[in-house]
Amino acid sequence: MIHFLLLFSRQGKLRLQKWFTPLSELEKKKVIRDMTLMVLARPPRTSNFLQWRDLKIVYKRYASLYFCTGLEEKDNELLALEMIHRYVELLDKYFGNVCELDIIFNFEKAYFILDEFLMGGEILETSKFAVGGSVEEADTLQETMEEYMSKPAY
Amino acid sequence: MSPSVPLQEMIRAIRSARTQCEERGVIQRECAAIRAQFRQSDNGGRSHNLAKLLYVHMLGYPAHFGQMECVRMIASPRYSEKRVGYLGAMMLLDEKQDASLLITNSIKNDLSHSNQYVQSLALCTLACMGSAEMCRDLAPEIDRLLQSSNSYIKKKAALCAVHIVRKVQDLGELFVPAARSLLSEKNHGVLHGAVVLITQLCERNPETLKRFRKTVPDLVQIMKGLIISGYSPEHDVSGISDPFLQVRILRLLRILGRNSESASDAMNDLLAQVATNTDSTKTVGNAVLYETVLTVLDIKSESGLRVLAVNILGRFLLNSDRNIRYIAMTSLQKIVGTDHNAVQRHRGTIVDCLKDQDASVKRRALELSLALVSASNIRSMIKELLLFLSSCPPELKAQATSGIFIAAERYAPSKRWHIDTILHVLTTAGGDVRDETVPNLIHLITNASELHCYTVHKLYRALLTDISQQSLVQVACWCIGEYGDLLLKGECQETEPVQVSEDDVLDALETVLQSHMSSSATRGFALTATMKLSTRITDNVDRIRSIVSIYGSCIDVELQQRAVEYNALFKKYDHMRAAVLERMPLIEKNNSGNTNGEATRETLTETNSSKVAQEERVPPPPQQPAKQTYDLLDLLGGASEPLQQSPAAQTLPIITSSSAGGDLLDLLGGLEPTPAPVTPAPSATVYEKDGVTLTLSCEQQSDSSLAVTLTATNASQSDISGFTLQAAVPKSVQLNMNAPSRDSLPAQGAAQLTQLVMLNNPNKVNLKMRIRISYTRQGSAFQDMVQVDSLPGLGAAGHT
Repeated sequence: MIHFLLLFSRQGKLRLQKWFTPLSELEKKKVIRDMTLMVLARPPRTSNFLQWRDLKIVYKRYASLYFCTGLEEKDNELLALEMIHRYVELLDKYFGNVCELDIIFNFEKAYFILDEFLMGGEILETSKFAVGGSVEEADTLQETMEEYMSKPAY
Repeated sequence: MSPSVPLQEMIRAIRSARTQCEERGVIQRECAAIRAQFRQSDNGGRSHNLAKLLYVHMLGYPAHFGQMECVRMIASPRYSEKRVGYLGAMMLLDEKQDASLLITNSIKNDLSHSNQYVQSLALCTLACMGSAEMCRDLAPEIDRLLQSSNSYIKKKAALCAVHIVRKVQDLGELFVPAARSLLSEKNHGVLHGAVVLITQLCERNPETLKRFRKTVPDLVQIMKGLIISGYSPEHDVSGISDPFLQVRILRLLRILGRNSESASDAMNDLLAQVATNTDSTKTVGNAVLYETVLTVLDIKSESGLRVLAVNILGRFLLNSDRNIRYIAMTSLQKIVGTDHNAVQRHRGTIVDCLKDQDASVKRRALELSLALVSASNIRSMIKELLLFLSSCPPELKAQATSGIFIAAERYAPSKRWHIDTILHVLTTAGGDVRDETVPNLIHLITNASELHCYTVHKLYRALLTDISQQSLVQVACWCIGEYGDLLLKGECQETEPVQVSEDDVLDALETVLQSHMSSSATRGFALTATMKLSTRITDNVDRIRSIVSIYGSCIDVELQQRAVEYNALFKKYDHMRAAVLERMPLIEKNNSGNTNGEATRETLTETNSSKVAQEERVPPPPQQPAKQTYDLLDLLGGASEPLQQSPAAQTLPIITSSSAGGDLLDLLGGLEPTPAPVTPAPSATVYEKDGVTLTLSCEQQSDSSLAVTLTATNASQSDISGFTLQAAVPKSVQLNMNAPSRDSLPAQGAAQLTQLVMLNNPNKVNLKMRIRISYTRQGSAFQDMVQVDSLPGLGAAGHT
């Protein structure tokens, strides 16, 4: 099971955070700080794996973004690299040539895509097309302004 | 009220802020506007507002006032609002917040919604932050959804069930039938979810594991289908069809095949097929191969398959990709205990990896190299490790030095080699060695009596070059003090002769005493050494006397005490000086095979771990109860030992009392444990895990002292080695741990380990004990801690 997935920029600014274990706000902040420090300090051409507390950390850099995930002892690190790559591909397909700005300005979409790909710390859908398809279909459900106002509140 | 801007405009505004202060200002204004909007009635912008708040939250600003808004939005019939509401719930709420309970009802309703996307929102949120109560409430719903006809919902329900089982283990039983039937699905997403669910159920419950063993043929079938199937564009990754599913199935097979001959047989062919046919040029192929190797090595596979697996790991080791090398070493580490010879074949490559620039790779290489040291390769391995030590990153130094010491102790081909190695380590990385090295080394040197001359010459030379490495200086001072006469004699067979005059030696010791680099303990060593030399040299006794008297007014209390005592030795007890400062007797090993040094090491580590104030601790002289001689020399021989150890151990004051003999013997009499009462001691099991059982029994020895016996047994299938116990007690209680009867526990309770702990509780505080258990099993280290809040039998026997 993966414990968290973080995306942050070269300057250490957080762009996406997904937590699969319950942690307090303080603990989350600590993890983010540790991850950014550890990963950004890595010289180039080193392996993508680190050991931190009792988790295996797998990170990969795509352009200006670092994708960093924490795995348990039994998980397969190489597969985690593939998982990160698959997520990037999904983002790329949805946004069309995705770049960091897309993720900044449409962060909620990035989360929706992530929620169709991972759930509870495990991979949900292994098909490349199904994830994008589901998100697009769900997008169509989003109401126009008139439909929105015509429905009752709660 | 300033109008709220849609999300993207807000993001733009925040990003264009030039300073942190400006950004904070923008965010404060926005938050105020959002708060106001939340209070207002519906105006069509609620989902935008919540989205803005979530963005602000991601930047690190507080957003707890949005929690109730999330709850409201989730209950809304508008999909846009639900979507953002659930997203907000996952980001802002977790099971520790009270507000999370409020969404349970909404989730329940949405789970039965007609639209699958609404259902999926609810499932996703439950799987992400569902608390144990929520899981219990909604488990039947999830089970119903597992049997629906919609694959989209089924796959999500499966992973939701995984989360529920993690939170509430008992509910696993509920999902077993549904999980079983999901294996016959065609949809990869559902199949993957089913495999993950079954893995989770089997890991938690051995009964369920037995039942699912019957599914091995089905899993093998699915796997075969994946391997030989043609190209499928939606699942293909660089030529491998659905590697995610393949890896999960392999992992499940590993769990099912472990400890089961029949299950392992059923998967042998498949594993061989995967191992040989998977393309290993890309990472994805290697991921599948890696999982295969782990499975082969863990189940009861036939030897040919095991050889194949280890060869794959060997190939990984030679791969140019660092990631692959890293995981190869991680896997080899796991099997080095069982398939030692197979791993030995790759020793050369592993040792080469010590020179890799990547710190992670270096760490793995170090651990593996230390595990591979054996009697046959000790010389070359230690040479490589010493080379590594000189260029080692600081965080690995402590591990490297202690590893080298342990290896050297176990396989040293000769005493001289052993001493040379330790000296080499001390000169290279003396600052990073653990404290117990010094007494261990001293013990080793004392026992290598034929090498005293050689050792003292080497140490003297090392001392002349560099006095900054404290451990080295301490050992050197001790040796010069003990064997100074050999040093002054000049000739030595093993090394080239060098003329050393008494003045040179005293100069060296004085340099250590006066240097600001020397720690307090080191200066203590140097002072004692100087004192000892007074009987071993002839001319400069006056010089020694003057050094000693100078330190009688030293600010450091420890040094001052020593100097005063030595002064007294010169003045009032000059007739005893020669006898007192005689050569130390050979330190005997006690009956159970542990060295004296180790027994004292345990005392020292407990001192550190119990964090008791040093003044209250009085460790006994490291004589084992077996040693029966109580005359003056032996007491001092034993008492001087703690004198030389790290300042953590408090020393017994040497003859500060003016009366000699009688008092000392009484002191000894007090230390001897009084005979235990006849009543058998009640015992209690305090720790039971993984087959390791620890029982504790107490006997009240006297009014305040207590003898606690710890007994450990190993009922599991695999042997345990390096079993150590450490104990900590409340502050005013004094603790003394005797050496354990053995340090390994063979499997299936073949032998048991006992260790006696003496406690002295003068203040009659409530006795509690915290015990740390550490051992190595199948090549991997294990540590655990158990707290004993009440010692058995305290109320019963021994009440006076």
